[in-house]
Amino acid sequence: MAPEISLSAETVFHLGFLPVTNSVILSVVTVFFFAIFAFVFHRRLALIPGKLQSFVEIIIESILNLMESVLGRRDLALRYLPLIATIFLFVWISNWFGLLPGVGSILVAGEHGGHAVHFPLFRAPAADLNFTVVLAMIAVIAINALGIIAVGFKRYSRRFFHPKNPILSFAGFLELVSEFVKIISFSFRLFGNVFAGEVLLTIIGFLVPLVLPLPFLFLELFVGFIQAFIFAMLTLVFVAMAVSEEPAH
Amino acid sequence: MDFESVKMLAIALVIAVGTIAPAISIGRIGSTSAEAMSRNPEASSKIQTAMILAIAFAEAVAIYALVVALILKFT
Repeated sequence: MAPEISLSAETVFHLGFLPVTNSVILSVVTVFFFAIFAFVFHRRLALIPGKLQSFVEIIIESILNLMESVLGRRDLALRYLPLIATIFLFVWISNWFGLLPGVGSILVAGEHGGHAVHFPLFRAPAADLNFTVVLAMIAVIAINALGIIAVGFKRYSRRFFHPKNPILSFAGFLELVSEFVKIISFSFRLFGNVFAGEVLLTIIGFLVPLVLPLPFLFLELFVGFIQAFIFAMLTLVFVAMAVSEEPAH
Repeated sequence: MDFESVKMLAIALVIAVGTIAPAISIGRIGSTSAEAMSRNPEASSKIQTAMILAIAFAEAVAIYALVVALILKFT
């Protein structure tokens, strides 16, 4: 029997009128992981860091250094750290949660597309287009909002609207379209990579169950990290472009 | 040809043709950044960041083809 692969996430149960899919379950697990980690970690903060605290500090410090090299100033890096680091850590950890044993192998009986099937209880959050589109919309809205806050509404709108100059107003129209294209490219890049990884692992595990999936698992660990990095890095570059004084074009 | 075989051919063509240009561009990005890094080893961390970003943009095109192929295959 060939493995079943579904493009959309399957609904496990309904919470009132809200359908809860298997992707939602794993993303909620990721959120709880971060919340509990932050709570426990906060109580154990010490002036002389232990092993765990040093590790977390290394991660935050390297994100800050990278942001400083793009934005140019330390205070700007600190100001936009919450947005960029949240996107990076959330996508990274949720991608790696999608590779844990049990994800994709624990099946539950249910209904999908009108007929009864067995489907996984957990599914990598980014393997569902809803997750990536929402994340991309948050990123693009935040980019524009931060740009408006940094340079003011009137100056920022000059990127898109030039009532007097026809050539510049056409360029501004292209800029406006590119904001919506950003949502599509952000979301499809992440979704495509993670979903393709899921399909790859399923097919390889079906063809050769022993030993051979291991290098592909390493590849997926790498892809999960690098896609989170790229998502955060692109958001950072677009934020840097939005908050700079001069229009980019 | 019946519908199923045309669909299969379309899936194979989408992913085969759709990966040509990204493959060429990723190869060029890799070779030029390796050259740049060997000419100026101090700047390799900056070049590496730019290289990964550029590769991600080029790879996105292949991923779009992959998504189209997967949608054709699994719906």
